[in-house]
Amino acid sequence: MTTPTQLAEQLSTTTLLRFATAGSVDDGKSTLVGRLLHDSKSVLTDQLEAVQDASRKRGQDAPDLALLTDGLRAEREQGITIDVAYRYFATTRRRFILADTPGHVQYTRNMVTGASTAELAVVLVDARNGVVEQTRRHAAVAALLRVPHVVLAVNKMDLVDYAEPVFAAIAKEFTAYAASLGVPEITAIPISALAGDNVVEPSANMDWYGGPTVLEHLETVPVSHDLTACHARFPVQYVIRPQTAEHPDYRGYAGQIAAGVFRVGEPVTVLPSGRTSTIAGIDLLGSSVDIAWAPQSVTVRLTDDIDVSRGDLIAPLDDAPSVTQDVEATVCHVADRPLAVGQRVLIKHTTRTVKAIIKDIPSRLTLDDLSQHPAPGKLVANDIGRVVVRTAEPLALDTYADSRRTGSFLLIDPADGTTLSAGMAGASFAVTPAPAPAPADDDAEWDF
Amino acid sequence: MTTVATVSEGTGNPYALSHLDSLESEAVHIFREVAGEFERPVILFSGGKDSILMLHLALKAFAPAPVPFALLHVDTGHNFPEVLEYRDRTVAQHGLRLHVASVQEYIDAGKLRERPDGTRNPLQTVPLTEAIQQHRFDAVFGGGRRDEEKARAKERVFSLRDEFSQWDPRRQRPELWQLYNGRHAAGEHVRVFPISNWTELDVWQYIEREGIELPEIYFAHEREVFSRSGMWLTAGDWGGPKEHERTETRQVRYRTVGDMSCTGAVDSDATTLDAVITEIAASRLTERGATRADDKMSEAAMEDRKREGYF
Repeated sequence: MTTPTQLAEQLSTTTLLRFATAGSVDDGKSTLVGRLLHDSKSVLTDQLEAVQDASRKRGQDAPDLALLTDGLRAEREQGITIDVAYRYFATTRRRFILADTPGHVQYTRNMVTGASTAELAVVLVDARNGVVEQTRRHAAVAALLRVPHVVLAVNKMDLVDYAEPVFAAIAKEFTAYAASLGVPEITAIPISALAGDNVVEPSANMDWYGGPTVLEHLETVPVSHDLTACHARFPVQYVIRPQTAEHPDYRGYAGQIAAGVFRVGEPVTVLPSGRTSTIAGIDLLGSSVDIAWAPQSVTVRLTDDIDVSRGDLIAPLDDAPSVTQDVEATVCHVADRPLAVGQRVLIKHTTRTVKAIIKDIPSRLTLDDLSQHPAPGKLVANDIGRVVVRTAEPLALDTYADSRRTGSFLLIDPADGTTLSAGMAGASFAVTPAPAPAPADDDAEWDF
Repeated sequence: MTTVATVSEGTGNPYALSHLDSLESEAVHIFREVAGEFERPVILFSGGKDSILMLHLALKAFAPAPVPFALLHVDTGHNFPEVLEYRDRTVAQHGLRLHVASVQEYIDAGKLRERPDGTRNPLQTVPLTEAIQQHRFDAVFGGGRRDEEKARAKERVFSLRDEFSQWDPRRQRPELWQLYNGRHAAGEHVRVFPISNWTELDVWQYIEREGIELPEIYFAHEREVFSRSGMWLTAGDWGGPKEHERTETRQVRYRTVGDMSCTGAVDSDATTLDAVITEIAASRLTERGATRADDKMSEAAMEDRKREGYF
């Protein structure tokens, strides 16, 4: 038994995992989330009582664990999840931020929202139905967003007699599909969220399965990559110049390291100007350090008094991105109003916002079969498509494959500030997907 | 020169940040985004632990320069004297500028009416929104956390409010990566929640790690209290106890600091940060469930107040 003091001590040194869940409406996603929270003892008494009260008022016999995450009036009235909810829970090994994303087809943009900050995505499948269109969509979104780890949770194993062949066939089909999209790591786990098999506790009903439970996997999956292999990037957020008696000459460039490692003494270039200097010092929120890495928020001082301002990017002299005014990217359109060729927009990339124009929309992607529909002319809500954007000023842009932080951008409506699209520079998928089996009715359902 | 880094044990990865370092870095990034993009930001400061934490993070974010934001306190007139004393001392210590919006002045001027139940927490909305308009604040930092309450779990880090400060949960901007969109029209403003992703335990552990001073009411002490709706409220001029309510002296502390009329104390022996953390790690009640009457008014009380302009 861990005492509260031991728990508190362990928690202060643990790491943080951000993950997202995705699943169709009736795959049992809310039950899985409820089970994870409940069995990891993350639901407190008053929250459970509130859920029990609300369930009783609705005439339900058992507490509806979905009410733990469906927090808005409209969601509770309609019994559906409209918006991403964030949940927090902890074990002795790790703390978790869960982006619980709606599974409904029309909310693809919400899965994109949840997946954009996730290091792991849990894709839920009903064991009775196997891999369906929606599963392929979720796998494709995880691949597009380059979520490093994907878990396939084959749910409702209790309804297929806990049969290994059922699980094995689904795992094989999904793994082949996700791997063809370039998903780097896939872990398949047979579960019953309702009965609690392999969610937090190992299942006594599936002794043929030797892998981790969902929670064990979440606790042990590595959260950061080898940063020394990443291109170091530092977008300048804000210039700190106290001009006080104590600090008359201090001039620091504040920002959060987007990728890689920076060291004092390292020669750097400032983009887009291309001016060069050397890192004179790095201040990590009050203390001086000689090395710092992503995602630390730091203040960098340079040896030369050159012109650097918000929106600039500091990168190693020998490893800087090229600057461009022509951006080719995949975007997920998140606004209700469409995005059309010729439209004037703002593009927000790291800390820089510039004017831009949509020069072309070469294709729209169908997530079901990954086919490209050429020249759609415009993108509507939840569409994913290729775009060509011309910017008014040069951007120091990486491909999204190289950096989720410096390869991503927003398209914004200059008139009222609406966020129009989420953009990912460069190629859509890590590998060219193999052609999927032709769906029965080709064009009927592609407008998700 | 020293290298300071909190390296997590057992991960084998020297670059893994502890969860507190991750949350700190994220919050600092949000403060600096606002400083870079807005003209007139302000920090809502109640003297409670969350706003004290925010101020600490802001001090670190802009060091060695001063915090480039003013503070705004919505004074309900029923605040704990220890908290007001703490507020004024902090403002003086860091050379900050403090704006006060007073609920009492609104009541005295006949612009707000006292509620029959005596709680003043919902009355804060009008002075708050009018202060935002009057000072033309375009970004307003709040210490709201998503773990506090189910409507807050749906809140964005950057939350656009219209000219009436209203929140429309169905028309929120999607928030992608760390790319916060703060664009707004004249008259609109953005509520910003830098500690959205912190839990109550995170806040306490960070306060301990950083050695942040708090008002004394957060630690166990003897206090004259009386019981109302299952909570221990502090007796005082604000309107308690009523005739049928009996005061007694108990050893208590506070988990949240709000208005005296709706913030309950919990029985506690925790006189140190260590003891408080141990108590919270073992608690089976959320801080709001334990001590905030205003959230219990209806199933969607927080959502409804937020729609009206509450933070």
